[in-house]
Amino acid sequence: MTAITDIPDTARARRPQSGNRVLRWLRANLFSSIPNGIITLVLFAVLAKGVVSFVQWGIANAVWLTPANDSSACRAARGLGACWAVIPEKYRFILFGTYPFDEQWRPALAVVLFIALFYVSSRRAWWRRELVYLWIAALALISVLMWGGVLGLSFVSQDRWGGLPVTLILATFGLAFGFPLGILVALGRRSKLPAIRSLCVLYVELIRGVPLVSLLFMASVMFPLFMPGGFNIDKLLRAQIAIILFAGAYLAEVIRGGLQAVPRGQYEAADALGLSYWRKQRLIILPQAIRHVIPPLVNTFIAFFKDTSLVLIIGIFDLLTTAKTAIIDPAWQQFSVEVYIFIAAIYFAFCFAMSRYSRSLEAQATVS
Amino acid sequence: MRADEAHGRKSLLSKRFEDFCAVTTDSPRPPPRRTFSLALGGPQLKGLLWQILVVGMALAIIAFLWSNTVHNLSARRISTGFAFLGREAGMPIADSLLSYSPKDTYFWAFVVGIANTLRVAVIGIVLATILGTLIGISRLSANWLLSRLAAVYVEVLRDIPLLLQLLFWYVLMQALPAARAAWRPIDGIFLSNRGLILPSIPIGEGQLGVLGAAALGALVFYIIRRALIAQQMRDGKPRAAWPFALGLIVVLPALVSWQLGVRWTIAWPELRGFNFVGGLTLAPEYFALLIALVTYTSAFIAEIVRSGIQSVPRGQWDAANALGLRRSFMLRQIILPQALRVIVPPMTSQYLNLTKNSSLAVAIGYQDVVSIANTTLNQTGQAIEAIALIMAVFLTISLSISFFMNWYNARIALVER
Repeated sequence: MTAITDIPDTARARRPQSGNRVLRWLRANLFSSIPNGIITLVLFAVLAKGVVSFVQWGIANAVWLTPANDSSACRAARGLGACWAVIPEKYRFILFGTYPFDEQWRPALAVVLFIALFYVSSRRAWWRRELVYLWIAALALISVLMWGGVLGLSFVSQDRWGGLPVTLILATFGLAFGFPLGILVALGRRSKLPAIRSLCVLYVELIRGVPLVSLLFMASVMFPLFMPGGFNIDKLLRAQIAIILFAGAYLAEVIRGGLQAVPRGQYEAADALGLSYWRKQRLIILPQAIRHVIPPLVNTFIAFFKDTSLVLIIGIFDLLTTAKTAIIDPAWQQFSVEVYIFIAAIYFAFCFAMSRYSRSLEAQATVS
Repeated sequence: MRADEAHGRKSLLSKRFEDFCAVTTDSPRPPPRRTFSLALGGPQLKGLLWQILVVGMALAIIAFLWSNTVHNLSARRISTGFAFLGREAGMPIADSLLSYSPKDTYFWAFVVGIANTLRVAVIGIVLATILGTLIGISRLSANWLLSRLAAVYVEVLRDIPLLLQLLFWYVLMQALPAARAAWRPIDGIFLSNRGLILPSIPIGEGQLGVLGAAALGALVFYIIRRALIAQQMRDGKPRAAWPFALGLIVVLPALVSWQLGVRWTIAWPELRGFNFVGGLTLAPEYFALLIALVTYTSAFIAEIVRSGIQSVPRGQWDAANALGLRRSFMLRQIILPQALRVIVPPMTSQYLNLTKNSSLAVAIGYQDVVSIANTTLNQTGQAIEAIALIMAVFLTISLSISFFMNWYNARIALVER
C-alpha cells in the first residue's frame, strides 16, 4: 500500500532541498520511496504503451474522410486504424434522428436553447423567481421549435424526433416536472398527517426499489391498458411520464435532506409570525432547504441525464438509439466502436461540465 | 346555514379540547375556551380534510386506472392471474446455472432468471467493492501519477451512461478472435468471442463436504476469536489467534478431504472443433455485463472510499503515529473503523444501484429476470403479472440488501457513552 497524502511526513519535509525544482518535484511526487518508484515506472510503462497504441489506432492509421457512402478505405484499414469517417457520414442522423433533413436547424437551435438555459440557471445572480418564468418560456419555445405547425414552421410529429434533442427533452422535462412533484412528495413525507406521509413513503420506496427499466416497460406496455379505450398517447410522452415519476421520487429524497437541514428555529419563527402552512414553506423553509441541496440536485440531474439512455430498451430514438441504429447500415456495421466513442464524448461533455459545476458549488459552500 | 356549520365545528372542537385536557394537563382552571380551541382545532381539522382530500384523490385515480384496465383486459380477452406460470415456457435460455430446458414451466424460467440476476449482482458487488476500494486508495496516494490516473478513471467512467459502456464492452467482446484463434494471456485461460474460458475444479458431493467443513471451521474460529478478544479486554494480554485459524480452516478440511478420499482435479479447457470443452465458461453477454457493472460502480465506490478515509480527522492519524502503532494495525484498528461509519450508508445505495442496473442485461441479451419477464410478456401478453413479478423480485432484493447493510451499519456505528 502506498503512503497517503494526508499524513504529515516530517522526515520528508525536513530533507535538505537540493537540485532544481523539476527534480525535487519528481522526487517528492513520483519517487519518494522504492515501492513508489516501482509503481511509477510500471504505471508509466503501461500508460506509454496505451497512449502509443491509441495514437496509432486513433490518429496515425485512422481514416478521416471517405467519399459519400463508401467505406472501402475504412475496411482496408480495419484492425489497424480507426474509421472516423463514419462520423461525418452519419452525424446528422446520430444527432437529429429522422427529423426532416431540411428542418434540422430547428432541433439544432433547440439544443442551443437547452444549453443556454442550463448556463443561465447555473449563475447565482439568476437564482430568483424570474428563473421559473424563464424556464416556462424556454420550454414552450423549444416545444414550438420541435413541433412547429405555427409561425410558418411545418408540423413535425414526435415520432420523427430523435437524437440529442430527445435526450435533452427527456432529461430537462423530467427535471422541470419532477422537481415540483419532488417538493410536494418531500413535504408530504415530512408532514405530520399520517395518511399523507405513508402515501408519500410508499411512492418513494416503490419507485426507488425497482429498476428504471421496469418502469419504462410499464410505461410502454401497461400504460395503454390503464387508459380508457380508444385513448392513446405517444410512446415518447409515455416514457417521459415514467421518467418524471422516477425523477420525482429521487428528487424528493434529495429535497427531504434539505428540509431536514433547516434549523427548527426557522419553523418556529414562521409559526410565530402566524404564516399559513403553504406560505411558511414557500417563503421561509423551501428557499433555505433548496439552497442547501443544490449540489446533490445537480448530481441527481447528472444521474438521470445518463439514465435517459435506457429508453433504448423500449425503442425510443434518443442519442444512444440513433447511434446504435446508424451502424445497422451494412457498409458501416463494423465501426460501432468509433460511433460509441463519439456519443460517449457528447455525454461526457454534458456530465463533466455539470459535475465540475456541482463541485465548484460545494467548494463555495464550504468556504462560506 | 353558516351559523349551523360554525356551531357544529365549535362543538366538535370543544369536545376535542376536553379530550386534550383530560390526557395532558390537570390544570384546575383551563385558559379561555375560544382562543384555545381555535389554535388547537384549526390545524387538526384542516389536517383531517387534507388527508381525506389527498387519499380520496389517490383512491379515485387508482379506481379509474383499475376500471380501465379491467375493461381493456376483458376487451382483449386476456385472463388475469398467475395461472400462466404453470404452462410450458418454450423459450431457450442459453446461459444458466440451474438445469433448464424449453420444456420447463414459466415459473422455472423465472427462477432461472432470478438466479442469473443474483449471479451477476453478487459477483459484481464483490468485485466492484475490491476494485473501487483499490482505486479510492490510489486517489489518495502520494504517487502523483497513480492518483492522477485514478482520478481520470473515476471521472471518465462516472460521466458516461452505463448502457453505452455496456454496449461498448459487448461490441468489443464480439470483435474478439474466434475460438480457434483465441487469446491465451496465461496457459489454460482463453479469451475469444465465445467469452472467457477458465480452468475449473469440478465440485461433487465430496468436495461440497470439504467446503462445508471449511465453512464450519470458519464459523467456530470466528466464535473463538471473539472469546479471545473478550479475554484480552479483561486482562490486557494479547493472545495469538492464528493457530486456531490454521487448525480450523486449513487442517480440518484437509483431514476431512483425506478421510473421505476426495480427489481434487482441475478441468483444463480444451479446444475441440469450433468450441471449448471442459473448464468454466463465462458467456460474452455475462462477461460484458459483469465488466460494465463492476467498472462503472467501482468509480462511484472509489469516491465513497476516498471521502470516507478523508473524513477521519487528522488528529487520529497523528495520535496513532504518536503511540508508535504499526501501520497495518493503525489502519485496521484506528482509521478503518471510523472511515467505515461514513462509507457504509452510501455504499448500500451503490450495491442497490448495481443490482438494479443489472436489469440492463436485457439490452445485450443476457437472460436475467427482466429479460425473461420481457419474453414472457411478449409470448403470453400477461403484462401486469410479468411486471409485477419483476417489481416483486427487485423489491425483495433491495429490501434484503438494505436490511443486511442496516444491520451492519448498526454494528459498526459509534457506541456513545
